[in-house]
Amino acid sequence: MSIWVGEDAKVLIQGVTGRQGTFHGSKMVEYGTDIVGGVTPGKGGMTVSLHDRMVPVYNSMEEAVGETMAEVSVIYVPPPYAGAAIKEAASAFQSVRGGGLVVCITEGIPILDMVDVVNAMASYPDVRLIGPNCPGIITPGSNGGSKIGIMPGHIHRKGRIGIVSKSGTLTYEAVAQTTGIGEGQSTCIGIGGDPVQGTGFIDCLEAFESDPQTEAIVLIGEIGGSAEEEAAEWISANGTKPVVGFVAGSTAPPGKRMGHAGAIISGGKGTAAEKISAFRSAGIHVADDPSVIGQVLADALIEAGLRDS
Amino acid sequence: MFRDSGVPVLDGVHCKDVNGALSAYQKLGRGTVAVKSQIHAGGRGKGTLLCPDTGDVQMEGGVKIAFSEHEVEEYARNILGNVLVTKQTGPEGKMVRNLYVEAGCSIAHEYYLAMLVDRSANSLLVMASEQGGVDIEDVAENDPDAIHRIWSEGRNGFTHLQCSELGSALGLVGESCNSFSDLVVNLGALFIDSDCSMIEINPLVRTVGGGMIALDAKVSFDDNALFRHPEWENVRDLSEEEEIEVRAKETGLSYVKLDGDIGCMVNGAGLAMATMDVIKLYGGEPANFLDVGGGANEDQVTTAFSIILEDPNVKGILVNIFGGIMRCDIIANGIIAAVGKLGLSDPLVVRLAGTNVDEGKAILKNSGLNIHPADSLAEGAEKIVNLIQGGV
Repeated sequence: MSIWVGEDAKVLIQGVTGRQGTFHGSKMVEYGTDIVGGVTPGKGGMTVSLHDRMVPVYNSMEEAVGETMAEVSVIYVPPPYAGAAIKEAASAFQSVRGGGLVVCITEGIPILDMVDVVNAMASYPDVRLIGPNCPGIITPGSNGGSKIGIMPGHIHRKGRIGIVSKSGTLTYEAVAQTTGIGEGQSTCIGIGGDPVQGTGFIDCLEAFESDPQTEAIVLIGEIGGSAEEEAAEWISANGTKPVVGFVAGSTAPPGKRMGHAGAIISGGKGTAAEKISAFRSAGIHVADDPSVIGQVLADALIEAGLRDS
Repeated sequence: MFRDSGVPVLDGVHCKDVNGALSAYQKLGRGTVAVKSQIHAGGRGKGTLLCPDTGDVQMEGGVKIAFSEHEVEEYARNILGNVLVTKQTGPEGKMVRNLYVEAGCSIAHEYYLAMLVDRSANSLLVMASEQGGVDIEDVAENDPDAIHRIWSEGRNGFTHLQCSELGSALGLVGESCNSFSDLVVNLGALFIDSDCSMIEINPLVRTVGGGMIALDAKVSFDDNALFRHPEWENVRDLSEEEEIEVRAKETGLSYVKLDGDIGCMVNGAGLAMATMDVIKLYGGEPANFLDVGGGANEDQVTTAFSIILEDPNVKGILVNIFGGIMRCDIIANGIIAAVGKLGLSDPLVVRLAGTNVDEGKAILKNSGLNIHPADSLAEGAEKIVNLIQGGV
């Protein structure tokens, strides 16, 4: 098992004919992801070469899902059109196959567009959105696996650690270190760093908690907002599996990019120190230095009787 | 902007020198006026104006009420060309180059109002309090119940009913409550049409006549929406922004200058913050936050590296890249191009991992440049701190 994406998931790429879509499409195919088609309006009927596979291009998501019965779509569409692309994918999954997963990699979508998109998602209750502005989701397999996004595939290995993070590159750091101590990953999810987004920490924690393959969780946050505090509260109340946490930004200067009234709404929540203290109160094993995430994880596994040394 | 959207404001005139302020005073009818420093930061009323050369205090308060021509002249002279330090500018303050002279009004009461995107509710949020003109952080801390809130339905604006209820919660009745409700509804439409990320009106005043007027406001726009607002370029005041931060932004980089001596170039905001954290953990001080972002090209990397090299405080550089969307070969070529152009006398530690890592490492190795490679973030941080402290 894994969460949300199986090793053999059928995947579509929206924006497949663009530079990023083609580059990362090739990397996904190379990793073993089953890319069954792409969507670029106006380019239906073309084929795109991704690594060693020729992939058909469709004009719309509805057509693409109908033809391929894909269950996942990954979006590499530029910011002005990305919000519409998410809604198109969600609507197609809901109406054609009664559900699906939309992963939006695009960075720089206006916040009010995302407010609109996240509210629209309520009309597609069986569709999950991950992102935007995120590295995506990966379920490493016994042979290849399903890499849906921009993460470097080769650092992953199938295993029992679930990883969830706001930050793309810090997720890779955590993955490389879990692999480094001889562990592997069940599923890794980058939820993205945008203020308004689809899947949040708690969605991931719930899914990891009920996934039998996942035996421990790594949770990586950063300053701003209060998602880390809420995740810590959830873990306190519901968590049974060991969790290792890290929060980036202990040395970040206050005030930068954190709006005046924004600081009020979080009621003093938002600094790394507060998030770390919320983590500790919830029994999360905190790594003070991102370089020791692997070591802290090993210690947590030993303490839980899940590892000998 | 407010006036065009039906948000009442007082008459006023922008000016850039003392003579302009005096003719503004004439134009506004020579009554009581407010003389306001215009900088992109809040807390101006309680700020302090300093002489840029000597650092001597010129005047307390960046917003002054003037009752005569003589006072307008005095205040304009003390404000223009001097540096205003407020709670939000940091100790270095900001040079005031613009002044706003505003007609006076008889204030019955001052309120506070802010509109922003509430990330957890996926909607717009209005926060208002009866205690205007003062620091809202203090109100939030000392008397949180004094702040009243309403939320929008998604990206739609606010209804008159909601806004009237908020008005009543603030103790407004009759014409004042209607005026308040219109103001908030119009402000919501403005917020959405103009892709704002925050509007703060402080103070929002009830006049003796019963009307509601936005006396002072701060508006922030959502940078991500620039593509549909070419008009923003006209309201930008580049002299307000750090030259180097402007250049970084124009190149698509995210850069924040800090006080240390180790320049960093990192991909991803989280990893960039974590890199700063680890440098500090090993006893160093980061000179900057620099995220080269996702799909950077070679030119952007070259600019990023140049920005670091131009900082006179930088004594060493740590490049930390974990390639996902970013490819290590692009980083390597960008570094070589920048060093070729600007030279390199400081120690440089480069940690590459992820997409195209082998190509990137090979490019750096074959370049013949004196680069210290590192395999992990901790090793990279330790190396650069030792190189600087050891003076190697």
